Amino acid sequence: MSFLPFAVAAWLFVIGLYGIVSSNNLVRTIISLTVVQSSTYLVLLGVGYVSGGKGAIFADITQVSKAVDPVVQVLVLTDIVIEATVTGLLLALAVQAHKRFGSLDPHDLRALRD
Amino acid sequence: MTVLQVAALAAVALGGAAVVVSPDPLRQVIVLGIYGLSLTVLFFVFQNPDVALSEIVVSTVGLPVMVLLALRKVREQERQREEQKQRERG
Amino acid sequence: MSRRARLALFALAGGGLAAVLVIGFTGLPDFGAYHGVYGRIIDGIGVTLRHGTDLITLLNFDVRAFDTLGEEFILFASVLGIVLILRQLRGERQEPHKEEAEEHSFARASAALRTLALGLVPAIVAIGVYIVVHGQITPGGGFQGGVILAAAPLGAFLAGRYLSMKAIAPHLLIEWGDAIGAAGYALLGLSGLVFAGIFLRNYIPLGTPGHLLSGGQLDVASVFVGLEVSGAFLVAWTQFLDQAMLVRGGQQ
Repeated sequence: MSFLPFAVAAWLFVIGLYGIVSSNNLVRTIISLTVVQSSTYLVLLGVGYVSGGKGAIFADITQVSKAVDPVVQVLVLTDIVIEATVTGLLLALAVQAHKRFGSLDPHDLRALRD
Repeated sequence: MTVLQVAALAAVALGGAAVVVSPDPLRQVIVLGIYGLSLTVLFFVFQNPDVALSEIVVSTVGLPVMVLLALRKVREQERQREEQKQRERG
Repeated sequence: MSRRARLALFALAGGGLAAVLVIGFTGLPDFGAYHGVYGRIIDGIGVTLRHGTDLITLLNFDVRAFDTLGEEFILFASVLGIVLILRQLRGERQEPHKEEAEEHSFARASAALRTLALGLVPAIVAIGVYIVVHGQITPGGGFQGGVILAAAPLGAFLAGRYLSMKAIAPHLLIEWGDAIGAAGYALLGLSGLVFAGIFLRNYIPLGTPGHLLSGGQLDVASVFVGLEVSGAFLVAWTQFLDQAMLVRGGQQ
């Protein structure tokens, strides 16, 4: 049971990759990529969790009580916000690709294949 | 590990699969939003309110707005192409 | 490569990758049995060290503030990329399209819904500002509050008025917000170099833990990052909105 978070992370990584590989639409590829990325959140949080620990916010609990690791949480926090803008960048590329090639299917991006 | 945590993990595992197998991108965006909500719950039950706060805004507003607008632009371009074709024919 | 060949290859490679991932993860300590050192240390001394009660914000804007600088500039660079890629190309024109842009298809929503969407704008701004400035006490901070703040002008768009959204958040203002946020954070670091001798070292009085003005540079950094994040998201959204609502034509 204690392996479950990591198993879910591996599952998300592989299923997201399947989405990327099987995709026939660039927007679909990009959305699948966000699923791949969310698997990293689970690994990081799984590593930093302490059984029965509280969130590391000591506004109303004493500092001696058991708390989870805040370091990995910070990594996830900034990652989520940045991921959104990077996804925006990829979407902008997809829109331009559609402008040029008239299709969102990666198969039709001829210029990239030669 | 508590029951709540197991339930949240199960929801995320199912949600991720649902995002990937949804048939068209438009539907995928909506499922992605729901998947984001399940991730938010997961962060919350894993004692992670800060991350939950950023995930809820990004996944329900931040990403869908961009994806939906990109899809709208693509549809607009397709409509234009159709019109151009018809003009060339007639 | 045909679609079928691609999937067959993936069945092989994906299966292998999954196996390797699972084997790798079994080498990690059991879930809940935490073996880290940094987390323990910062949990023990964080509050006395910097007088902020939310250790996540404290780490983000003080202990590992230098990393945040880098992350902030990833954000800045990717938004710059969006602006560059979605710029108006040759042959494209910005159609005024007054009616469609002013009253786009959501406009068929009921008057009550549209009023509610507009009424949400100030409420969201208030929540966003609250979350940005209370980051060092309770969950929140520049990153979360910034995205919430950016979502506020979208209320005007949802009310069916894209052009009034542009009036609430004009291009120049959000671009300046983005730039000032990014530059301000870097300047905060430089001022640490001047006043404390080390880049991004706190030199602002720490105050009492749990009070609004506490934690030294946490609040200042939080406000700068909030400006940057909300500016960045608004710039990205307006680029997409312009493309979807206004820009037409172009060579095919």
